[in-house]
Amino acid sequence: MIYLQLFLSFLQIGAFSFGGGYAAMPLIQSQVVDHHGWLTMQEFTDLITISQMTPGPIAVNSATFVGTQIAGPLGAVVATFGCILPSCIFVTALAYIYMKYRKMSLLQGILGSLRPAVVSLIAIAGVTILISAVFTNGAVEFRMDNISFRAIVWFIAAVILLRKKKMDPVLVMVLCGVFETVCTLVMKWI
Amino acid sequence: MEKKSKVLKKLFFSTLYLSTFTFGGGYVIVTLMKNKFVDELHWIDEEEMLDLVAIAQSSPGAIAVNGAIVVGYKLAGLPGVLFSILGAILPPMIILSAISFFYDAFRSNLIVGTMLKGMQSGVAAVIASVVFDMGSNVVKEKDWLNITIMAASFIISYLFSINVVLIIIAAAVIGAVRTILRDRKGAKA
Repeated sequence: MIYLQLFLSFLQIGAFSFGGGYAAMPLIQSQVVDHHGWLTMQEFTDLITISQMTPGPIAVNSATFVGTQIAGPLGAVVATFGCILPSCIFVTALAYIYMKYRKMSLLQGILGSLRPAVVSLIAIAGVTILISAVFTNGAVEFRMDNISFRAIVWFIAAVILLRKKKMDPVLVMVLCGVFETVCTLVMKWI
Repeated sequence: MEKKSKVLKKLFFSTLYLSTFTFGGGYVIVTLMKNKFVDELHWIDEEEMLDLVAIAQSSPGAIAVNGAIVVGYKLAGLPGVLFSILGAILPPMIILSAISFFYDAFRSNLIVGTMLKGMQSGVAAVIASVVFDMGSNVVKEKDWLNITIMAASFIISYLFSINVVLIIIAAAVIGAVRTILRDRKGAKA
């Protein structure tokens, strides 16, 4: 049953994404792309791109997008509910415990070790996105016709703009898109 | 009772507003929540807000949603949670439903298609930059166990397709065991 699958998948995403922001990304990829095949890597990357440009958390955006694509509006509601349910339980419980005891050293300790693991998982999701941008057929095969040299140039330029010029991430992304579009149109025209 | 319904209404519209106009992720929205509920409305005092933010950041899930939950719970109990969550998730749900609905038509458009293709490189760069910042923070702490966890989870997850949930659970268990051992040591000394 698709609604139950959506609910359980996004329940896991909600329950195990510690650290906010990008922390949910590897989990979403693992559930939605690798495990269930609901989105292709291309669609997943589009979703992350769109999430960067619209308000709202990546997890909630993904739940709505995947739910709608797979099972319509009800799918979106079920997936979103799954993704926020662990938050509701955990945050409320923690707020209750906190207001009673005001001490959370065990939790702080757990989070201290979780953070390095989450960094690596985000890095891997980033590598997967970079691979799908650079290699035309999505697999790491070093053939001239399979490598987009433009994508490599945009990536390096974007890293420089972000690190050295401290440019706004959304602006950097839009610039990459604009340059790619201009190049494609010019090549077509020639 | 009228006061409570007023609080709920205010909670709903505050989180709705913040969620609609906040770009840039959970940390930004939590700061704006502090501005709204501490500085503007004076419903929560500053120190307590810091603790609520810590709870929102320590819990699993999106920080914006978690922030809405703690503030809602603090101000109006479970009904408060319900109203503030609704306010926080309605805007992204409506926007992404609309995008999802038009996605196929969007994607087959040449201009939109090449825009998205170019932006892929940009997204990869943004993620690389975030990872660099987070990773160098871990390295700077010079905590060898954490650095080992970081290296090991990268290698294990990249080379063997192990479920990411297992890696997260393993890291959490290591953190828990370590804290318990350290606390016991501290208690003996």
